[in-house]
Amino acid sequence: MALRDTSSLHQLKSPKRDLDTQPPDSSMEEESDTRKINNSFLRDHNYATEADIISTVEFNSSGELLATGDKGGRVVVFQREQESKSQSQRRGEYNVYSTFQSHEPEFDYLKSLEIEEKINKIKWLPQQNAAYFLLSTNDKTVKLWKISERDKRPEGYNLKDEDGRIRDPSTITSLRVPVLQPMDLMVEATARRVFSNAHTYHINSISVNSDHQTYISTDDLQVNLWNLEITNRSFNIVDIKPANMEELTEVITSAEFHPQQCHTFAYSSSKGSIRLCDMRQAALCDRHCKYFEEPEDPSTRSFFSEIISSISDVKFSHNGRYLMTRDYLTVKVWDLQMENKPLETYQVHDYLRGKLCSLYENDCIFDKFECVWNGSDSVIMTGSYNNFFRMFDRNTKRDVTLEASRENSKPRAILKPRKVCIGGKRRKDEISVDSLDFSKKILHTTWHPHENIIAVAATNNLYIFQDKVN
Amino acid sequence: MSTAADMDVNMDVNMEARRILAVSISKLYASRAQRGGLRLHRSLLLSLVMRSARDIYHSSSRDSEPHSGPSPPEEPMDTTSSVEPERTVSEPQPTSPSAQAATEEPEAEYERGASGDKENLSPAKQSRKRRGKTSAAPDFLPSKRARLEPGEERYAACCRSGHPESLTSLSLNRVISAF
Repeated sequence: MALRDTSSLHQLKSPKRDLDTQPPDSSMEEESDTRKINNSFLRDHNYATEADIISTVEFNSSGELLATGDKGGRVVVFQREQESKSQSQRRGEYNVYSTFQSHEPEFDYLKSLEIEEKINKIKWLPQQNAAYFLLSTNDKTVKLWKISERDKRPEGYNLKDEDGRIRDPSTITSLRVPVLQPMDLMVEATARRVFSNAHTYHINSISVNSDHQTYISTDDLQVNLWNLEITNRSFNIVDIKPANMEELTEVITSAEFHPQQCHTFAYSSSKGSIRLCDMRQAALCDRHCKYFEEPEDPSTRSFFSEIISSISDVKFSHNGRYLMTRDYLTVKVWDLQMENKPLETYQVHDYLRGKLCSLYENDCIFDKFECVWNGSDSVIMTGSYNNFFRMFDRNTKRDVTLEASRENSKPRAILKPRKVCIGGKRRKDEISVDSLDFSKKILHTTWHPHENIIAVAATNNLYIFQDKVN
Repeated sequence: MSTAADMDVNMDVNMEARRILAVSISKLYASRAQRGGLRLHRSLLLSLVMRSARDIYHSSSRDSEPHSGPSPPEEPMDTTSSVEPERTVSEPQPTSPSAQAATEEPEAEYERGASGDKENLSPAKQSRKRRGKTSAAPDFLPSKRARLEPGEERYAACCRSGHPESLTSLSLNRVISAF
């Protein structure tokens, strides 16, 4: 598959505030007052550029919309242009559809801790009517947002004039019925639900159930099950907190519902294992029904073995038969029927194995890369450093390294495969390991559900690549 | 019997371990100041690295200096070095896993016996931590030096006599008990 860089390079910049946000449910009013007071206090630091760093990307289930969340708590939604018959060569491109401030920085008085507004994950709900719904979460609070279009406005009120001023009653001599008049399209985002106060630790993932009624939110030690309609109650279905915190050896790093079975979910751990749980077995799913772990290779043991075996992302395949996990150096595909070892292991950037100490010092070893399936589950993709991202074709066993960078690819040009030179003589076009830029990392990527369109987040830039059109 | 070559390799490993320990400690301090509070996952990984580094450091130090330290032989040194993480007071804030893991089964028994007392020994220290002191300045600074527990003193004495550069081990000591 050859990928063409389309013109959709979106560089998100401040200002942070956007205009479409409506206040959340009235039950949260008290809290929003304190939040306003806190905002100025917490703006001491210059977050201007840092706030634009994209922290999550997600296509919706039809692929029509693409949502991004950033460190500043904003969500930007892109919509694909309708393809016009006259321009069949030009595939639909993605343009900004809606921007809103999803989360604000908060302060937990009890623990004297700031709660970051960074959006950790966004998940779309399946579309049921004209409006779009998505869940977005920061470290502590999940919010359900409704994104809807308004293209008509009622005009001709009796009691107030066009500017909204109350009319003098003595001037009203007749009754009229307000009429809906067309107006410029406005896309509004409103917070419909706020799910808060359920997590002691930092939320790392959310996953919507195939029943479209519930979802799970996961932090380091607990998984909570929510009903989308109910915000004041959630059920704890996994709790791995030890009685004595000093005995803690493992945390949960991600969890996801099975795409078809509404009673099954999987969660990954910092020790490199995945547990599959069935909610029908017990109310508290502490006992897994499947446990996936590959025994450690003792020859590769180092100071950092535990860190690099920690799983940063787990994703079910679309057909529900496989699981994919990402740890620091590899991506593994697991067959749900085989627990003792993965079906396939792909090396993402094994040349980093000898550099773990430096990567530990510059904190890169803690980076959490995501991984993603294509629509047919035949290709998997994940990010790396130097704005490289990797794709692995599971059938042909071929892999490719591509780069998301304006300097190195012209718009509409076909992306050139990149190669990292490991040792010995460096060929032209190859890049040596020591020249890699570790500040340019691709942690978040997403793949269109049906087509070969991918979105790749490189720091504060969003790249959208499409398959070559013949 | 260690040859000169063995000693060299040992020193390398020792230095590497010490460097990793120092880096880890500075990361621990830095993580206290970061926005969003201490992250459990990151703290856990840091403590695992620190534990490996510390174990390698001590084992390679013992190998390279067979006459190190006064009377305490290997065993008490092992247990004392493992004891003080046990003594880490379990913070109400969910951010401080001890470096101690469940893997060291035989030692665990001893520790729990020893540390059980130690936990009860200093309720004042416990309650001080409970008042959210983690976000305040760390209390390991020399000017606010807390009274050393008997185990800590013995351990610190071993380190000081055995190794000229005792600062790292002493700092680790303090960090873990403060953490």
